[in-house]
Amino acid sequence: METLATQGSVRIIWEDQSMFIRKSAAVRSSEITPQEVFLERRRLIMAAAAVGISAAIPKGGAVAAALQAVESRYSTDEAPTALKHITNYNNYYEFGVGKEDPAANAHTLTTKPWTLAVDGLAARPTDFHVEDLLSSVALEERIYRLRCVEGWSMVIPWVGFPLSEVLGRVEPLGSARYVAFETVLRPDEMPGQRAFLPALEWPYVEGLRLDEAMHPLTILAVGLYGETLPNQNGAPIRLVVPWKYGFKSIKSIVKITLTEEQPVTSWNRQNPREYGFYSNVNPEVDHPRWSQATEMPIGKGLFAKRKPTLLFNGYADEVAGLYAGMDLRKFF
Amino acid sequence: MLRMAALISEKPRISAAVRFRVIRATLYWIGLGPAVWTFFLGLTDQLGANPMRTLEQTLGLWALRFLIATLAVTPFRDLTGISLLRYRRALGLLAFYYALLHFTTYIVLDQGLNLSAIAADIVKRPYITIGMLAFAVLVPLAATSNDTMVRRMGRAWSRLHRWVYLAAAAAAVHFLLVVKSWTMEPVVYFAIVAILLGYRLYKRLRGSRGNRRRKPVPTR
Ligand code: HEM
Repeated sequence: METLATQGSVRIIWEDQSMFIRKSAAVRSSEITPQEVFLERRRLIMAAAAVGISAAIPKGGAVAAALQAVESRYSTDEAPTALKHITNYNNYYEFGVGKEDPAANAHTLTTKPWTLAVDGLAARPTDFHVEDLLSSVALEERIYRLRCVEGWSMVIPWVGFPLSEVLGRVEPLGSARYVAFETVLRPDEMPGQRAFLPALEWPYVEGLRLDEAMHPLTILAVGLYGETLPNQNGAPIRLVVPWKYGFKSIKSIVKITLTEEQPVTSWNRQNPREYGFYSNVNPEVDHPRWSQATEMPIGKGLFAKRKPTLLFNGYADEVAGLYAGMDLRKFF
Repeated sequence: MLRMAALISEKPRISAAVRFRVIRATLYWIGLGPAVWTFFLGLTDQLGANPMRTLEQTLGLWALRFLIATLAVTPFRDLTGISLLRYRRALGLLAFYYALLHFTTYIVLDQGLNLSAIAADIVKRPYITIGMLAFAVLVPLAATSNDTMVRRMGRAWSRLHRWVYLAAAAAAVHFLLVVKSWTMEPVVYFAIVAILLGYRLYKRLRGSRGNRRRKPVPTR
């Protein structure tokens, strides 16, 4: 039996009903809730600039808590993708390679307490407790486009804060040129990490150049649609780099290291021909196996139309300068 | 229905033919069930976040499954003595129908009839090229899957239909190349196809070495 508590009303869906009924019931209830809550929330934001949200219990996850966040000028005004799609269509191979596997399996991850170690070439390496961190930063809502390397896209209302905030606190040394990230390694809680045929070498690792990491668009996200992150979306804390393909935005981070050398990244290690270190969204540079010129927007139904993919996922005005003079075909 | 039942009980010789037809018709209807059902789910917004992709993948997967079922008929007979040869054509045609629907989904819903993008894909993307090869091979096989052609073509028919091995191998490789990293499912399907094709090779080798004098063992 699974329960969906939504704004006081509890809906119980029996396990023994047919898949069809169960699915449609679950879909309906979650469809109404996040959208209505969100729209209501946006109305309140207009009036008050900052507002909290009532708690809801997402399917199969820990209790989501409301987050206080202020609007950001970096948000797009495109309509966000429905919460049910953002939370049920995930690439998080630690919980399985199917798009719906993370939603089904990620509840086993314990996200409290959580320590984020920031070390390496820094004057003050620090272990941050995520709860403490949250009370010491100003959370913002960043509605970003997300473009997956597989050719689909969403619009996601993240809640987070600039990565530069954390990096600034540890005081990077002059020799630091890159930032390496690492996802938690917990085979006991992550079935994909104990799979017979591991999809990737664990733990998942990612990296950015220091200037990319310090860019104001680069955030650490802790929430989604005004509430704490569901596990399948990378709880409790994840990276979001909106002008790069989604896999760069590493989830459930336990370690951030300032380095001098360009760090190893998971997909690049897995297949260097197909996945580069930069992985900037670029319609001109195809993936060897498919075109990147267009993208399928998620949540638009069976007859959804592809739309053109934009250079740097539409964030060229903000980030093109980072790559001035670079051959983007070579540094893909 | 009642009349049919009466026929079956009264005339046993006709009943075998009737039973065959009924079973075959049922096979087609059940076989096309997943296509109809998935399309219905897609129309009613129950295929999740990316319904086009789910439909496309489901149809491709069923095409491969029916190809495998087609190839399994002979080994199944050799192993169990139960012959489903009479239904093999239906299984093969179902594989073709699914491949056709899969291909149509790709052209219409995935690529939105963008012909230049489709042409570029077929030329440039190995997994699409190989999928196309599998499909192209199935077309003449489907077109000749009727009694008239079997009669008219004689031995050429058997030779032509041996191309199904190539279609199956290409489809299995196509699946392997689709996914981002090595995962269980395409590997399992590839292994099944490899076993079914390897079985033919094994029978043929054994037939040509040990029993050169004897009639060649039928390989299909
Ligand atoms: C006999 C012919 C074919 C068979 C048996 C076949 C089978 C498959 C299978 C099993 C999959 C993977 C499904 C999954 O991921 O679960 C697939 C995916 C796909 N096939 Fe085919 N296929 C065939 C022909 C074609 C052709 C002719 C095209 C296009 C020209 C094509 C395009 C695709 C595409 C676009 C995908 C999905 C890729 C993705 O998931 O990103 N296939 N096919």
